[in-house]
Amino acid sequence: MSEKPEKLIDKKGLRLDGRRSDELRPIKIEVGVLSNADGSAYIEHGNNKILAAAFGPREMHPKHLTLPDRMVLRCRYHMAPFSVQERKSPAPSRREIELSKVIREALEPAVFVEYYPRTGVDIFIEVLQADGGTRCASITAAALALADAGIPMRDLVAACAAGKVGDTVVLDLMDIEDKVGSADVPVAIMPNLNAVTLLQMDGILTSEEFEAAVNLAIEGCKKIYAMQKEALKARYMAVKQEEEVEE
Amino acid sequence: MSSLITRVRLKQIANLIEKGKRLDGRGLGDYREIKIQQGIIEKAEGSARVLLGKTEVLVGVKIETGEPFPDTPNEGVLTVNAELVPLASPSFEAGPPDENSIELARVVDRGIRESKALDSEKLVIVPGKRVFVVFVDIYVLNHDGNLIDASALAAVAALRNTKMPNYEIENDEVKIKQGYTQLPMRAYPITVTLGKINGKLIVDPWLEEEEAIDSRISLAINDEGNICAIQKGGVGYFTPQQILEAARIAKEKAAELRKKVDW
Repeated sequence: MSEKPEKLIDKKGLRLDGRRSDELRPIKIEVGVLSNADGSAYIEHGNNKILAAAFGPREMHPKHLTLPDRMVLRCRYHMAPFSVQERKSPAPSRREIELSKVIREALEPAVFVEYYPRTGVDIFIEVLQADGGTRCASITAAALALADAGIPMRDLVAACAAGKVGDTVVLDLMDIEDKVGSADVPVAIMPNLNAVTLLQMDGILTSEEFEAAVNLAIEGCKKIYAMQKEALKARYMAVKQEEEVEE
Repeated sequence: MSSLITRVRLKQIANLIEKGKRLDGRGLGDYREIKIQQGIIEKAEGSARVLLGKTEVLVGVKIETGEPFPDTPNEGVLTVNAELVPLASPSFEAGPPDENSIELARVVDRGIRESKALDSEKLVIVPGKRVFVVFVDIYVLNHDGNLIDASALAAVAALRNTKMPNYEIENDEVKIKQGYTQLPMRAYPITVTLGKINGKLIVDPWLEEEEAIDSRISLAINDEGNICAIQKGGVGYFTPQQILEAARIAKEKAAELRKKVDW
């Protein structure tokens, strides 16, 4: 880790990258970026750069994992060795295995799994560059990859973290704030259903601070949700324009 | 984990909870009976066995010396591992840890780590070079639901029971001396898990209820009643109101358990 900065929030209430406490990092989302995947999305969330792809519904391998009444959703969250300061071994770490599980559980409530019995859907997430909040950005991208694959969903899933830096509850922590700050609360929601599908926390918060952090994170998720919808529309507007040109 | 109980039974569990009752006679906010035994494995530096109803978890603590992590040269090392031993449930299989056991270990780890339960600066022998490494091994012996709370309880109970070897430094070598000192601790987190079914929250779900609930939430609460770690699990969701309600219940239950175990 680089040198610890003196203060993460200055006198004006601005953070190291000039954001206010309730401000998101710049986010860029693109849908349909991979030609071989059934659905895909790329997100740049601050300095995070993440690719997500969805394959399926397709036949499951190994076959004995199929379920007679529903599709099986599988998820692999993986960090590239060059995505962090010190090279990360490409073998899946315990952290990545846990995150794969919580990301899957964050996405699954949105998917109509009962529509495709005996099939599987695989979600692959590759973190190309990490800068804090990769699980949230991964969920945001993976939900779009699922939608892009045409898998029926109740809603998109948007994710964002809030946390505590110094004495302030802040939105969307970057890596340094996560490491030096005192708490991190990643949240994923299906905005139309008022449903929280991912919730984790580490650090110490009072009940009041926790409530404030959850509410702040939900507000952040809603902003990201708007961007997701724009990105999804942009993808199909482009398809439509191509078709019109061909005609 | 594959479902081992019939749909009729699941429906019965859900219907009862709807009426504020449970199959085993408990209220929605009641824990099963808790029994804690400490120091039952003599070869371990610390150990504890926890019975939460029929759920049984054994935790052994081993202490070794090793190198600190480069980013925390002045802190000891804590490692938590969980084994879902095949004899504990027909759904457990031998082999490398699966995502369930990794999640269990990491959730217990976060509760201990984030509450700063271990006074890790006191675990340093030579700063930057040699520290005590505390291995917490969770052994699930019988799975009857709510492994997280039982394991978290057993882990802290075992740490409270842990003795560190005395040592001296001779020519830059660490020499273990006779005798032991108590493992230095600052906090005793308690983890409370709630399950959600048809919008109702239940505390301490047992095995069959775990099959019936659509999601769970585990909160580690420190001595001051603050939240220090959370994990939502399962393929369902919570509304923001339910989460705050769960946090309120967890705080209350943690205080109740703390009194019961006298930490």
